[in-house]
Amino acid sequence: MRNFMGSVNVRQILLPIGQMAIFITGAGAVCSGVMLVLALLFRGSGADHILQATQGVGILTYTLNSLPQVLIDGVTIGFVYAAIALGYTMVYGILQFINFAHSEIFAIGAFCGVESLIALNGLGALAKASAMGSFMYLGLALIIGMAAAGGMAVLVERVAYRPLRSSPTLIALISAIGVSFALQDVIRLAESMTSGQFYRVIPTFGNFDEHITLFQIGSTVIDIQVKSVVVILAAVIMLVALNYLVGSTKVGKAIRAVSQDKHTAALMGINVNAMISLTFLVGGSLGGAAGVLYALKFTRIDPFVGFMPGIKAFAAAVLGGIGNLTGALLGGMVLGMIESFAGAYLGTYTMGTFGAEYKDMVAFLILILVIVFRPNGLLGEQISQKA
Amino acid sequence: MSLLELKDVHAYYGNIHALMGVSLAVEEGEIVALIGANGAGKTTTLRSISGLLHPRSGSVTLEGKEIHHLAPHIVHHQGLGLVPEGRGIFANLTVTENLEMGAYILDDKKQIQDNLENAFTLFPRLKERAQQKGGTLSGGEQQMLATARGLMSNPKILLMDEPSMGLAPVLVDQIFEIIKELNARGTTILLVEQNALMALSIAHRGYVLQTGQIVLTDTGENLKANDMVRKAYLGA
Ligand SMILES: Nc1ncnc2c1ncn2[C@@H]1O[C@H](COP(=O)(O)OP(=O)(O)OP(=O)(O)O)[C@@H](O)[C@H]1O
Ligand SMILES: [Mg+2]
Repeated sequence: MRNFMGSVNVRQILLPIGQMAIFITGAGAVCSGVMLVLALLFRGSGADHILQATQGVGILTYTLNSLPQVLIDGVTIGFVYAAIALGYTMVYGILQFINFAHSEIFAIGAFCGVESLIALNGLGALAKASAMGSFMYLGLALIIGMAAAGGMAVLVERVAYRPLRSSPTLIALISAIGVSFALQDVIRLAESMTSGQFYRVIPTFGNFDEHITLFQIGSTVIDIQVKSVVVILAAVIMLVALNYLVGSTKVGKAIRAVSQDKHTAALMGINVNAMISLTFLVGGSLGGAAGVLYALKFTRIDPFVGFMPGIKAFAAAVLGGIGNLTGALLGGMVLGMIESFAGAYLGTYTMGTFGAEYKDMVAFLILILVIVFRPNGLLGEQISQKA
Repeated sequence: MSLLELKDVHAYYGNIHALMGVSLAVEEGEIVALIGANGAGKTTTLRSISGLLHPRSGSVTLEGKEIHHLAPHIVHHQGLGLVPEGRGIFANLTVTENLEMGAYILDDKKQIQDNLENAFTLFPRLKERAQQKGGTLSGGEQQMLATARGLMSNPKILLMDEPSMGLAPVLVDQIFEIIKELNARGTTILLVEQNALMALSIAHRGYVLQTGQIVLTDTGENLKANDMVRKAYLGA
């Protein structure tokens, strides 16, 4: 990457932050609105009576009180989905093909990050670490996860996709599915040769599990876990950096040029293969970082950990409009929010008929509805301009 | 030594033998026209020079250096600019970004800025549209953008593939005026054209390509007067 850092364009930094704020507020407001309408409709229902009996509050109060927490969870997981979705969408943008192995790139990031923390813990470093020190160790784990995932993504492209570049995309898609299974086994092999365990738990360290009180409504405390703050902050920084890279730097423009017309880009002196590798590197490292953040939030990982977040992030990318970076952000936010709402309220409102485990079904039903009516995704019209 | 020289170039698309021993030369400071019917192999000739297609045999040299085995982005580094067939505008990049991509191989910020200003002086219309997406320009404006972009890297030679295609007659005149002016400023040009009359009028020399072979070469003036050329390409 040669001198792409010209004068820093402030607008390019503020714009994505503004977009994120709008998407979070929008998705949160719509979900909250729907939920409040439902709460009003459910007054006097069986669910309302059960809540009155067990918790002493009506369904409306119950919903209102829990809303902030649900919103915070939605934003946190939404950012994780957005960071993964960007990997799908960037690769789609440049090669018009779905990199199904991206979920395993995410898993590799998660494993390498978690394994390095476990190793540090074994050395006793984590236990002795100050608050500052524990953030540094987490940062180190993130960098290791990003490097491993980014490197693996570049390798996969070189070995499994580049030779198929002139074949129909269906062929490359099958190669991607094959790579996906192969990488799951690579993780299992690596774990069986080292730790002998497929389930790995991120060590408890620092103050990541502590809760920060945001505000209090009556007796209900609304708080946010330190690790959720970390997930959100890390994701925001990465998304802003990515937006700057793609929007304002020379290589970013070159990547966009390659994604529109590879032959002409080459005629301008752009090394097309290098730009494609760079896209995989950036998308892969974002996925790897998302993997480490996911492990921090949910603590336990296994070799198949990539599947669900991967398929949801893919859904988020489609929801937003595949190939569109802003769309991936929006899609991730919307999906995370819906999932958080469904997980929190489905059980209560259906009196246990549908538990929180049905949240994925709700998320995907909504996805299907959206793409039936907007086949190009929420922000899809922007990709139809593609040359 | 010619600036650009093709010697006995044979190029294929799979089994299709598209160029059957093409030889031509462009001297520094010249405008050379390459004319021929649809499917004669004009674009294929330019592809063989620019590295998008590697000839199966024969050689392409730029300032005596063989370039026919190089990847297109490397060929461009050797000083070869191209205005591709169909213009190849990056639809989602702004006019300015398209021009910056033309200067991708330059590192000197000042130089890029100067070239950008030159492009805007040459095509004031582009300056008015500087922040507009390339895909939203009219056909004529896109042709101006493609031409300006081809010049952004200060190429030793500019290859132009049918710059007049799809343009209104008055714009065609304008584009040819600009080609003449570029040449007067020192740019060597290899010009592929369907509009044989115009191309031969401004060219120092010309080549006639027929089904993958050069069948005739002479000065622009003489070719314009040549019976066979008049019958086949000038509708006379
Ligand atoms: N990608 C391709 N695959 C197979 N055959 C091709 C391909 N491109 C061109 N050809 C064939 O090669 C021959 C030369 O094509 P070329 O595009 O060079 O013609 P041209 O002289 O530029 O024509 P035009 O004036 O229509 O642009 C034609 O017979 C064409 O059908
Ligand atoms: Mg042609």
